[in-house]
Amino acid sequence: MLKIKTTDRYDITPLRSFMTNILSLLAALVVISIIFLIAGVNPLFAISEIFSGSFGTFYGIKETITKAIPLILIGTGLTLAFRAKFWNIGAEGQMLMGAIFATWTGLNFGGALPSYIIVPLIFLAGFIGGGLWGIIPAILKIKYSINEVISTLMLNYICAEFLMMLIVGPWKGKTRFGFPGTDNLPDSAILGLIPGSRIHYATLILAIICAIVLSVIIYKTRFGYEVRVVGENPDAGRYAGINFLKTSLILMAISGGLAGFAGVGELAGIHHYLGYPASISSGYGFTAIIVAWLAKLNPLYAVFSGIFFAGILVGGDAIQISLGLPAATVQIVNGTLLIFLIMGDYFLNHKITLKFSNK
Amino acid sequence: MEDIIISTLQRAMVAGTPLLLATTGEVICERSGILNLGVEGVMSMGAVVAFIVTMTTGQPWLGVLAALASGMMFSIIHAFASVTLQANQVVSGLAMTMLGLGLSGMLGKPYVGKPLLIKMEDWVIPYLSDIPYLGKILFSQGPFFYIAIFLALAAWFLLERTRLGIQIRSTGENPKATETQGVNVFKLKYLSVIIGGGFSALAGAHLSISYSKSWIEGMTAGRGWIAIALTIFALWNPARAIWAAFLFGGIFVVQYLLQPLGISPNFLAMLPYIATLLILLLISLKDPKKLNAPAMLGEPYKRSER
Repeated sequence: MLKIKTTDRYDITPLRSFMTNILSLLAALVVISIIFLIAGVNPLFAISEIFSGSFGTFYGIKETITKAIPLILIGTGLTLAFRAKFWNIGAEGQMLMGAIFATWTGLNFGGALPSYIIVPLIFLAGFIGGGLWGIIPAILKIKYSINEVISTLMLNYICAEFLMMLIVGPWKGKTRFGFPGTDNLPDSAILGLIPGSRIHYATLILAIICAIVLSVIIYKTRFGYEVRVVGENPDAGRYAGINFLKTSLILMAISGGLAGFAGVGELAGIHHYLGYPASISSGYGFTAIIVAWLAKLNPLYAVFSGIFFAGILVGGDAIQISLGLPAATVQIVNGTLLIFLIMGDYFLNHKITLKFSNK
Repeated sequence: MEDIIISTLQRAMVAGTPLLLATTGEVICERSGILNLGVEGVMSMGAVVAFIVTMTTGQPWLGVLAALASGMMFSIIHAFASVTLQANQVVSGLAMTMLGLGLSGMLGKPYVGKPLLIKMEDWVIPYLSDIPYLGKILFSQGPFFYIAIFLALAAWFLLERTRLGIQIRSTGENPKATETQGVNVFKLKYLSVIIGGGFSALAGAHLSISYSKSWIEGMTAGRGWIAIALTIFALWNPARAIWAAFLFGGIFVVQYLLQPLGISPNFLAMLPYIATLLILLLISLKDPKKLNAPAMLGEPYKRSER
């Protein structure tokens, strides 16, 4: 008889952790292939199309980096929140709130101010908007023990409707010919692009700086230590006198603020005006959850996993066109990857041995 | 005026039905200690499967059964990840939502915008439906309404009055002690997750083949998440879930009632989500000990070595 024996593993090396991730991704690819087969698409062709569409051409690489910008920003912010086991699912709303604050700032002050003042100002406004929207669930969780998964999600819906209210109502632009949306931001507030691409480099640089700063915060500061204690051993944290409210407020202000940055980037770098919520963010807040998870909650790794998932988004768009697959395909790929990543953790944390016995 | 009130309440019952089904399922699941955040995804799967099967076979009940089966099978993924592999239940549930929304979007793509011409007949209860006011509101509804209430009461009976129910509840409270009683904790958790998934899929079936009679991506519109909040509001009690769900059905319907008054439709669309936060705020003012939450909810259970 075959017996499966599992024991805890304590020797988790970075290499083993990395290899587990790779194997999990490969296992997920097998399942995704089966789904493609059932959908009547040659999986090898589809998967190679995804990667050649995103990393195989110059245009693809440029688009991948463009989409990586919000994913890196939000993903790094989520690594901080998730470390404290604060399940912030509301990056989508925090991003929109950041864009709303930035729009207000840009439309009201942009005309009179030069670029080097207004651009930092709209980023600051976006950080404040996203951060404020982020600390609401922190207060609700610590003060009123309201589950943050539900509150952040509800705030997503509320923010999207609030944005719609603004752009069909008081903020509706005169230049939109009756369609929902604000007027364009003044030219001084528009972010520069790398020529021949849609890469708004200011936000890209900001994203990488944020990842570096956040990894210093997490690994080198007392606050970072407190965040880890809150997540891993809350009882010990309480005993050590960690102020949960303060810690949660700060970490959610940062997590939401970074999502707000992402919103500013999409607004001032890509669209130039505030339009439909789904056009500002096509689900970046959710994809970033997987970005953070694949990065093992390390902000620096989130830069790379952000680029990887941006590639999947771009490749997903490519196969929609070339293979006629629906937009939902990307969600299937993402969901499958995420579930295999967390399943892989079991094999990272446990040693599994097969034993043959004659009994 | 009278007519408006009656038809509003009638529609509140219809809108509350999927919430009740999904909440009941989540109560059973969470009582066993497993948090399932995949409700939205499973609901969406149920909606699309019910719609496709009903449309192609012309048999709505076949559609309902297919949805039920799909929801139960789909939930096995969450059970395997969270019970067998002790994975993080929050993330596993989120992955289930993504996967469910994605798969249903892919399956349903050819059916978007096609109207369903097959109608499920209302069940008009003889005599009771003649009662003034109440008869129209409670006793001449579509079949899902009665099924949802029956299942909620049955779930209450199961959890509170049967041996299996006690075992499920004690699994959520103290799995270790339950296991020493000779109960197979893993099996019960699997069972609860799978039943819960079936309920969520039924909720989806109601949405696509009875409520809106069409399929469109994202038609679940956060109802799965609201059901998770209602589970807390119902204090993990399926009988309480009945009025909680219909109260929320009312909030969904009241939007349409207020729209002619010139209030922004986008503001009205926020109401169910704001109300969800408000009821959670309300419930948090209660003594946490009386909240009745399963003690080991969301905690992975490690089977002791034997």
